[in-house]
Amino acid sequence: MKKRDGSVRLNVTGSAMSHVVISLMGSLSLDTMPRVSTDMKSHVQDLKPSRLTIDCSGVDYFDTAAALLIATFKEEAEDGGLPVELTNLSSHTRKIMSLADVKHLSGGLPHPQEQAVRPVAGIGDMTITAAREFRALITFLGEIILAFVHSLAHVPEIRWVDVASNVRRIGVQGLPIVGLISLLVGLIIAFMSSLQLKPLGGNIFVAPLVGIAMVKELAPLMTAIIVAGRSGSAFAAELGTMVVNEEVDALVIMGFDPMKFLVVPRVMAAFIVVPLLTLYADLFGLAGGLVVGVLGLDLTFMTYINQTGNSIAVSDITTGLIKSVVFAAIISGIGCHRGLRVERGAEGVGTATTSAVVTSIFLIVLADSIFAVVFHYL
Amino acid sequence: MNDESREEVVSVEGLTARLEGTTILKDVSFKVYRGEVLVIMGRSGSGKTVLMKHMIGLFTPVEGRVLINGIDIHAADEATRVRIRQRFGVLFQSGGLLGSMTLSENIFLPLAEHADMPARLKEMLVRMKLGMVRLDGYDDLLPAELSGGMKKRAGLARAMVRDPEILFFDEPSAGLDPVTSAELDRTIVSINEGMGTTMIVVSHELQSILNIAHRVIMLDGEEKGVIAEGDPRELMHSSRDLRVTNFLNRRVG
Repeated sequence: MKKRDGSVRLNVTGSAMSHVVISLMGSLSLDTMPRVSTDMKSHVQDLKPSRLTIDCSGVDYFDTAAALLIATFKEEAEDGGLPVELTNLSSHTRKIMSLADVKHLSGGLPHPQEQAVRPVAGIGDMTITAAREFRALITFLGEIILAFVHSLAHVPEIRWVDVASNVRRIGVQGLPIVGLISLLVGLIIAFMSSLQLKPLGGNIFVAPLVGIAMVKELAPLMTAIIVAGRSGSAFAAELGTMVVNEEVDALVIMGFDPMKFLVVPRVMAAFIVVPLLTLYADLFGLAGGLVVGVLGLDLTFMTYINQTGNSIAVSDITTGLIKSVVFAAIISGIGCHRGLRVERGAEGVGTATTSAVVTSIFLIVLADSIFAVVFHYL
Repeated sequence: MNDESREEVVSVEGLTARLEGTTILKDVSFKVYRGEVLVIMGRSGSGKTVLMKHMIGLFTPVEGRVLINGIDIHAADEATRVRIRQRFGVLFQSGGLLGSMTLSENIFLPLAEHADMPARLKEMLVRMKLGMVRLDGYDDLLPAELSGGMKKRAGLARAMVRDPEILFFDEPSAGLDPVTSAELDRTIVSINEGMGTTMIVVSHELQSILNIAHRVIMLDGEEKGVIAEGDPRELMHSSRDLRVTNFLNRRVG
C-alpha cells in the first residue's frame, strides 16, 4: 500500500436510470473520503441509477475511515432501494471493509447530554452546594482555631522554620509588587482627584484625600488582594499537590496533625506579614500621592507631608491594620482549606487554586463592606 | 511459618466500606498473624487499596471494625490512635515523601515526636535505615531528584525508622522495572525474616506475590469481598475458583 498522498479520482460510467459504475482511483483515506462520499451521493442523485457498482481496482490506499464511509454509503443507498456492490477489492481492502460493521458500531458512544436550562432547579442546586461548602468551611474554621489555640499553648511545638519560610515567601518576596501597585494606586488617586480639585483651587485637599483613602481603605484592600493572588493560590496549590501525592496521608499515619503541621505555620505567617505589608503599602501609596502633589500640583514636599500628617489619625491607621488581620485570616484559611480538600489529581489542584483566589477576594471585599458600616457606626 | 505462634496482630471483622455512595467492600473478615507476610491481591478495582486505607485508619468503615493488637482503631480516642500508629509503618504507592524536605529530613520525621532521644542517636538511626535500603549517601537529595525505585526505598526507610511491628505496603512494585522490583521483594523478605515484622502487602504483581507471600487473600470487585485465602502456590494449582486460577496463572477467562 502506498502512503496516502491525498489524491483521488472518480470516474462515472453508465447511463441514468440504469446500471451505473463509479470507479474510484487513488487514495481513499480520512482526508479524501468525505469529498468522495459527497460526490458519489450527488452522482447518485443526478443519475438515479437502478443498480450501482463501486469499482475499487484503482484504489492504492484504503483506511478504516474510508471503509466506514463506504459502508454507510452502501447501507443508506440500500435502505433507499438502490442495490450497491463493491468490486475488485484487494485483499487488504477487503480485510479493512470487514471491520466496518456499521450496525454494530452505530449507537455506541453516548453523546454529552445537552443541558436544558433549568433556572429554578439550577438555583436550588447552587444553594445546596453553597450551603454544603459553607458548612465545610465552618468545620475547617473550627479545626484551625483549635489547632491555633493548641499551638499557642505549646509554643515550642510550632514549626518556626516553616513560619519563617512562609514569612519570606508571602512578605519579603511580595515587597516589590505590593510597593509598585500601592505607588501606582496612590499616583492614580492623587492624579484623578487633582483633576477635579485643581479648577476649584483645592490642591491642598489632595494630600488628605490620598492619605485617608490609602490608609483606611485602599492599602489594606489592595494588599489583601495581591496576597490572595500570590500566596492564597500558592497555599492551595502546595497543599493540594501534597494531598494528591499522598503526602498528607503519610503525615497522618506518622502521627502528625495536618492542621498543626501544615496550616498553622501558614496562617501564623499571614498574621505576621499582612499587617506589615499593609503599613508598607500605606507608605508607598502616600509616596505616589506625593509625586503627583509635588510635580503636578506645585505643592512643596513639606506641605504635602504636613497636610497628610494632619489629616490621618492614629485610629485610621489602626482601622486599616485591624482589617488587614481579618484579611490575613481569610486568605490563609481559604487557601489552606481549598488545598486540603482537593480530589482527583492535577485538575483538582487547578480548580482549588482558582477557587482559593476567587473566594478569598470575594470574602475580602465582603468583609471590607461590613467594616465600612461597622466602623462608621462605632 | 506454620509452627509460628498464631498470634493475631490485625483482625478485620465484618468490614463494609463505602466510597461516595458506592459500596466497595461488604462484610469482609480476616486475620493477620504475627510475623507473616500477607498479600492482599485482586484485580484492579477490587478494593485492595480501599481495604488497606481502612486498616490503617485513614478511612472509616460504614460497618464492622479493624482491631490492631486487640484495639479497635476507629473507636479509639485520638491519643490511643496516635499510639497505635506509632507501632506501624506505611509505604504509600508513590512513596509519600514530603517534597519540600530532603531524604534524611523525611526519614527523620517519625522521630520528631521522640524529643527525649538525643539528636546524635537519631542521626545514626536515620543513616542506618538509609543503609538498609541502600540509599546511603543520598541524604541531601530532594524526592524530586530521585527515581521511582529510590523514592519507594526512601519511603520504606521512613516507614521502618521506628522499627514498627507491622508494615503496610500499597502496591510496592507499581512502576518498578523487574530488577528493582525483585530487589524490593528481597528487601521485604529480609526485613521480615531478620526482624520478624508482620507485613501486609497490597499487590497484583504475580512474581512479587509468589516471592514474598506466606499467605494471600484475594478480593473480588463483584463479590465485594474475599474469595480465596491460603498459600499462593497451592491456590495457583488447586483452587476450584476460575477467578483465582486465572489471576494467579495470568490467563484470560
